[in-house]
Amino acid sequence: MKKFLLPVALLSAAIPAHAQDDLLAMLNDSVEEKVFSTASWKSTRVINGHSTENTAHGVLDFRIGHRFGFVSDGISEFFGLDGATVRLGFDYGITDRLQVGFGRSGYQKTIDGSLKYKILRQCGSGCGMPITLSVVAASSVTTLTADKVPWYEPGRTDYFTHRLAYSWQLLIGRKFSEGFTLQLMPGLVHRNLVQYEEEENDVMNIGAAARYKLSKRLAVTAEYYYVLPDQLAEPTSAELAADPDAGFKNSLAIGLDIETGGHVFQLHFSNSTGLFERAFITETVGSWAEQEVHFGFNISRVFTLHRPKRPM
Amino acid sequence: MNTRNLIIAAALLLPFGLTAQERWTARTGTVTFSSITPLENIEAKNTKASSVFDATTNDLVFVVLIRSFEFEKALMQEHFNENYMESTKFPKATFKGKVDGLKAGALGTAGTYNATVTGELTMHGVTKTITTAGVFTVDAAGKVSASCDFSIKPEDYEIKIPGMVKDNIAKDINVHVRMEYIRS
Repeated sequence: MKKFLLPVALLSAAIPAHAQDDLLAMLNDSVEEKVFSTASWKSTRVINGHSTENTAHGVLDFRIGHRFGFVSDGISEFFGLDGATVRLGFDYGITDRLQVGFGRSGYQKTIDGSLKYKILRQCGSGCGMPITLSVVAASSVTTLTADKVPWYEPGRTDYFTHRLAYSWQLLIGRKFSEGFTLQLMPGLVHRNLVQYEEEENDVMNIGAAARYKLSKRLAVTAEYYYVLPDQLAEPTSAELAADPDAGFKNSLAIGLDIETGGHVFQLHFSNSTGLFERAFITETVGSWAEQEVHFGFNISRVFTLHRPKRPM
Repeated sequence: MNTRNLIIAAALLLPFGLTAQERWTARTGTVTFSSITPLENIEAKNTKASSVFDATTNDLVFVVLIRSFEFEKALMQEHFNENYMESTKFPKATFKGKVDGLKAGALGTAGTYNATVTGELTMHGVTKTITTAGVFTVDAAGKVSASCDFSIKPEDYEIKIPGMVKDNIAKDINVHVRMEYIRS
């Protein structure tokens, strides 16, 4: 009896002393809540291509994408800085999961549009989903005059449909830690008309992208798109004689993201000239080995146009 | 100490720990904060704050999920979580303390009661003691609500504000808490 009662008495006496901690523990246990991972990337684009980030509901993202000329052009072109190609674009969040965007590029005077939908959201805590899964559908149309398109031949009829191209991508991403994010992007680019007979209209490709945060506001990024073989034209022997590195190259870009509050600045080197999927996935010709890379930057500025009523 | 004394001691203490409680809980309390500067006013609201008040011991605790603060601008909310509060590392703010100056049984009678709240506020991994004046209100229907205002300095909680935006964020952040308690 005595042995049994002593601990009971001590326990009872201990309750008032630790009451606050007990109350806190009780509350802590009951407020666990489902939280999704956020900010896997600083922006809706890794460098050229889409990231798993969307603009939030009601937010408009104005993006300026700027690529200077090839660094290999040398001092006479100030290492590419004398020339530039630009894409101006807008992305808007219709919901937190659905983003619509369009843009206009100097490259082949192209207008592009895109839809991005977040199907799955990676869980931060209180749930189990390990990845974020998004689907991106994009299309582009070149507005070059009929005699300027790459496939121009005298007497050939210029069909509007020939100018169209489409791209579909799945974005499979995971934020492994606060600092490290990885993403895989299997995709398909469809071109209604191709320049050479031996080229495929449907070009299968797979991209990979990674981010590593150096500090809260600084991150290094890299992005690579691999095009599966035998889909794009091989350079002719004459072209190879002139430039042993001629022909199509896979797109590789390496960048630095700088966040300053309302803006995100993305500085990078990339061997791709165009800033929409058809261009950088299937039309990259720059060779990293020959310094045929562009210095470039993206500037992203967001505007809150509409403040959604969030459920209370 | 003999066995009889122990039984008496246990008998006296057990009910105190287990039954003689007047416990009040709140689940959907509101915590708002505002940062007022000439350049920019920033406000955020959290409507999921939880609290328990034990009117027997006057113990008061709060738990607030940092992620549940909602801002007007989505980007502000992202930066608040990512850059300032680091809510992945420190998901909750907690408070544990005591209420002074509230008479026992007061919450059973309609009226307005002033009290002082003192305790430890933990957020962003840092614990500081705060004291503030609070008001308990019991309406005619017996509904109990409580509110208080206080201000905190981000630097006290090791929340770093970069030079570039230091003029956009106030040195003192005003916090307003309002809870509606239900007897549990």
